[in-house]
Amino acid sequence: MTGIAAITMPRWGLTMEEGTLTGWLVGLGEETRQGVDVIEVESTKLAGTVEAPATGILRRQVIAVGQTVPVGALVGVIADADVGDEAIDAFIATFAPVDLDVEEGGASEPRIVSVGEHRINYLRKGGPGPVVLFVHGFGGDAAGWGFVQEVLAADHDTIALDLPGHGASSKAISDGSLAGQAAIVADFLRALDLGPVNLVGHSMGGGVCIALAAAHPDHAASLTLLAPMGLGAEINADYLSTFATAQRRRDVEPALRLLFADEALVTKALAEEVVKYKRVDGVSEALAAIERAILDHGSQKAVLREDLAGLAQPVALLAGAEDRIIPPAPVAALGGTLLPSVGHMPQVEAPDQVIAAIRKVARA
Amino acid sequence: MPKKSMRTALNEAMAQEMRRDPTVIVIGEDVVGGQGGLGETSVGGVFGVTKGLGEEFGLDRVIDTPITESAIIGTAAGAAVAGLRPIAELMFVDFLGVCFDQIFNQAAKFRYMFGGKARTPLVIRAMTGAGVRAGAQHSQALHSIFTHIPGLKVVVPSSPYDAKGLLIQAIRDDDPVIFLEHKTLYDIEGEVPDEAYAIPFGEANVLREGRHATIVALSRQVHTAMDAASQLASKGIEVTVVDPRTTSPLDEDTILECVEETGRLVIVDEANPRCSFATDVAAMVADKGFAFLKAPVRMVTAPHAPVPFAPVLEDAYVPDAARIIAAVESIVANEEAAA
Repeated sequence: MTGIAAITMPRWGLTMEEGTLTGWLVGLGEETRQGVDVIEVESTKLAGTVEAPATGILRRQVIAVGQTVPVGALVGVIADADVGDEAIDAFIATFAPVDLDVEEGGASEPRIVSVGEHRINYLRKGGPGPVVLFVHGFGGDAAGWGFVQEVLAADHDTIALDLPGHGASSKAISDGSLAGQAAIVADFLRALDLGPVNLVGHSMGGGVCIALAAAHPDHAASLTLLAPMGLGAEINADYLSTFATAQRRRDVEPALRLLFADEALVTKALAEEVVKYKRVDGVSEALAAIERAILDHGSQKAVLREDLAGLAQPVALLAGAEDRIIPPAPVAALGGTLLPSVGHMPQVEAPDQVIAAIRKVARA
Repeated sequence: MPKKSMRTALNEAMAQEMRRDPTVIVIGEDVVGGQGGLGETSVGGVFGVTKGLGEEFGLDRVIDTPITESAIIGTAAGAAVAGLRPIAELMFVDFLGVCFDQIFNQAAKFRYMFGGKARTPLVIRAMTGAGVRAGAQHSQALHSIFTHIPGLKVVVPSSPYDAKGLLIQAIRDDDPVIFLEHKTLYDIEGEVPDEAYAIPFGEANVLREGRHATIVALSRQVHTAMDAASQLASKGIEVTVVDPRTTSPLDEDTILECVEETGRLVIVDEANPRCSFATDVAAMVADKGFAFLKAPVRMVTAPHAPVPFAPVLEDAYVPDAARIIAAVESIVANEEAAA
């Protein structure tokens, strides 16, 4: 390399404004290579690693582990050994924070499209490249894919939507069943005039993706299913009803802890973000309606194993070995991957494996 | 999520609730504004918070009054028990003194004295706080006085998001609510959903989590506390910042939980220090959380003096980040911060 390269605080998703440095993966003065993980970062929603922007020697660690800085701020400096200390000091002194909004594959403003009686909010990033559609789970939203979508946007056209009743989409629920939601997602794809897309579904969204591919095979190029519903009858119904009814942060927190293998990921700030959504008019009713449509006496209503078995498209199946919401056994039985030390949120606790799984099956 | 000012967030809360519920009315001095009519001269209050409501909902629901606070609150309290949901605006909280009987003896007591059969869904909005060179009679922070009275709920929002959600909750609430807007916060911007949402009263917001100390702060002081927190972080001291959002009801559980995690407490309040929100929280923690404390509780408040008019004195009167930092450092031992 020639010159000096900056390691900066990344922006994972539109809502991230600052991040905390949680670790250096390369020591000061050590050599690193472009694309190798160099720092560990945590935001209120996510934890992950950042790759070195260039090959060279880590010449400066500008901030300390534990420090929180705005996105785009300088975290470290990489340069060759022959670059003088004065030049590096000058680089740090004059560094202007990167405006990550305009970076390639960077964030774009969410958009709304009308689908029948619903208004569907979605976040589209990246392109050109194969289209990847992210479908979140019960009570989730488009922003929850943050890191995974951010990375894939580099060489894919990525779209994360908010299902009806969720995020910034309209809250009225017409048919909350997996098949009913799949029909709305199919209409959404038609409204955007998209051909076959690579479906990525989490939990309830995984069940929606199976139902969608079964009903409209022409809409699906591949499926990546994370801890999906629809593979068996068992589910932690208490979690769903607690999540659907809790109105206060202190009531939501215990439910959120069930989502992760590492319960320390549930900060008060994360819980506050969740109750922000729960407070919106119509959300409690929407979640209750969906809960009634997907559960029957504490079990999953729709078992879609035969639909899944009948699909011609490539399918990637993943689940956390420590999933406490949907037991991971059916995923293992179908030859899927069980991720150790991961709970119900592989996209948060093991984003790299999720990204690798999507890359493996996704096609144009 | 769209960014909006606190002024816009408050306006949106009132407009959305007035659309949803025809019993919601707005009453006060200059809430339509101008010459008492609609159009270009209707400024919507001193700071424009009610702008446009007169045009949309008409002069039967957005009512300009003479300068007589006791009549505004008397009318609004009566309308509330009779079935409307009035939002009364009193400009400056300092003026609530001229209608204490309507607030303390009437509105706050109806539910109790009528055996629980009367509802008084009344919101009283007023501006609070120093910082705009308005002098001793227009700059006080009087939330503590209303917190003292059972039957009143007291809201002190610090952000546009909280302002909208708390005002919607206040309008939907069946008890009288004192809603205090800090003059210096009307132009701050933050993410505010377009949709209606209600933040339940008595639910504190934890803006930042640290392990060395807890700062409890209200209204404008939440911003000062966050500024102090980031400066402290660069010195290796990590603090939790708690905004109770409402002083009545008070989210004691969250405050105690944070004090248990950190062992140290600093309360920041720009009100005068005697018989105040700051002393109330200090006493509550001493009573219910003494075993958690590793160091004395510190208070950073205004002095026991009126708000000065001289700009340099007014600036010195209001708590600032330097005083908060000094208070935190006085109870966080050096070896602790380095650990």
